[in-house]
Amino acid sequence: MVVERPWKRWVYFYIPLTVFVIGTLFPFYWMFITSIRPDAELYRSWRAVNNTPFWTLHPTIEHFRDLMAKTTFPIWLWNTFFIAVVSTMISLFCGLLAGYALGRLRFPMAGTLGTSIFVTYLVPPTLLFIPLANIIRDFQLGNTPWALILTYPTFLIPFCTWLLMGYFKTIPKELEECARIDGATRFGAMVRIIFPIAIPGILSAGIFAFTLSWNEFIYALVFLSSPERKTVPVGIYSELIRGDIYFWGQLMAGALLGSVPVALVYSFFVEYYVTGLTGSVKG
Amino acid sequence: MKKPIAGGAPGVAGLEVALPHPRTSPSKPLTRVLESETLLAALLLAPTVLLLGAFIAYPFVMGVWLSLSNTSVGNLGHFVGLHNFAKAWNDSIFQTAFRNTFVYTFWATIFKLVLGMWLALLLNRSFRGKRLVRASMLLPFIIPTVLSTFAWRWMFDPTFSVLNWLLYRTGFIVTKIPFLSDGVYGLWCAIVVNTWRGMPFFAITLLAGLQTINPDLHEAASLDGANGWRRFWHVTWPLLKPVTLVVVVFSVIQTFSDFQLIYVLTGGGPANSTHLLATYAYQIGVATGLLGEGAAISLFMLPVLFVVVWLQLRYLRRLEGA
Repeated sequence: MVVERPWKRWVYFYIPLTVFVIGTLFPFYWMFITSIRPDAELYRSWRAVNNTPFWTLHPTIEHFRDLMAKTTFPIWLWNTFFIAVVSTMISLFCGLLAGYALGRLRFPMAGTLGTSIFVTYLVPPTLLFIPLANIIRDFQLGNTPWALILTYPTFLIPFCTWLLMGYFKTIPKELEECARIDGATRFGAMVRIIFPIAIPGILSAGIFAFTLSWNEFIYALVFLSSPERKTVPVGIYSELIRGDIYFWGQLMAGALLGSVPVALVYSFFVEYYVTGLTGSVKG
Repeated sequence: MKKPIAGGAPGVAGLEVALPHPRTSPSKPLTRVLESETLLAALLLAPTVLLLGAFIAYPFVMGVWLSLSNTSVGNLGHFVGLHNFAKAWNDSIFQTAFRNTFVYTFWATIFKLVLGMWLALLLNRSFRGKRLVRASMLLPFIIPTVLSTFAWRWMFDPTFSVLNWLLYRTGFIVTKIPFLSDGVYGLWCAIVVNTWRGMPFFAITLLAGLQTINPDLHEAASLDGANGWRRFWHVTWPLLKPVTLVVVVFSVIQTFSDFQLIYVLTGGGPANSTHLLATYAYQIGVATGLLGEGAAISLFMLPVLFVVVWLQLRYLRRLEGA
């Protein structure tokens, strides 16, 4: 090993790492401290002598209470959750089948199809939201959860397909062949032998897809209009800013609560998430 | 690991043909159809192709048509040729948005790459609590952008900015910095927030790349007298270049087409000075209702995206060829 002097370890390692940690996490701390700070303290002049921005001696839950009572926040949370789960399921289903086909079957046009799915992977939602809004209206899906449930898979399926295709390629072909010699059909071998082995890959793709749909904003902003239909990010944006007035306490309370579900899912499945993340860019 | 399996596959497949056919009852036509690889593939790909066709290919074609028409909300419109593109090109707000998009993408990507690489190198060492630190570093990437951008907006607040307070108390400034109330500052604030959000993605994927590098190489280099910087430049960087390229491509696409960060942080203001192509397309296409012009503005993103995707595909081909 390369031996290192203690001061060097401090200068090159501990100090930069600490700066990274503080820089990364400070906005979340700020979100939290704002959400429990009473309004009187929140809007105190920044030159006031008794200004203590980093802590508060009078923590309050009034912002959380107002958020629950004065807005439809719980409904937004449910909408976001429902839409994220259903669109993830649809994307996993499609991605699993397509990934299997592209990763393990030989058929004409396999290369072209694989490439076109990869290209759609790189199409950003902001390129298509205006024509999509028209299509959603033509299909009579405007202002329904289905507008999002059907459009989120456009950016989730390519990702799931890509990730699972890579995963299927690493599973030895012999496994399937053994099953087929024992009398399983091609379809049966796929469902009973290959899919169960791919469960870690499916989980990675699912977790990643869930966080992506929880994060989505522009489609939800354009396709939904009534307050009780909105998702958390859109609801917070459009209902907690009235004119020029920002309700910062409630905004931060909402941001915090809106982040909790996705942070929880993430913390339970960190390793799967990281696999999904690193797999999402692997060829 | 993968090579011998792939090499062995044709032989195994040949064997399969010689085998007596499995005991599938011939009375089920569906089972027999599914034995054909082509038909099974068609069936498996159908849902994906249908969904992507309906919600990507069709909107794309429609977007091109819209951009060539003067459609607006409640008015079907007719063909106007390249009028919308020409109009946008001569519009000073569009020119600002166009320039901003490049500045924003360029600097945010550079910062994310440099800081992400640095963080990856730090996280690649062994220390106590490494898993916890690594997991918490990804938080900005997990938390919905809109929600964390609100926290930043509050930190940049013109009256109650904690950053101003901090800089003032530590003596770096004597008057407040107009973080979001000045166009130039506003764009740089957006670059900072984008860097903050995207850096973990770089760090974690680069870290995964770093972990595949054999430590013996570093050992050998340091025995040869290479210092830390030279070890990075001559050993780590060349091995990390492929994964770096892919990460940069993904990040460039996302940054170039970014919408939510600017929409929440500055809303394109003050005085339309911080728009990106996507936010300006939204303002014209959705907020104002000029669908044709909005579609044209967002299609201005296409050439850049096209070049990036093309580079990526060429690179993937080369990898497969090797």
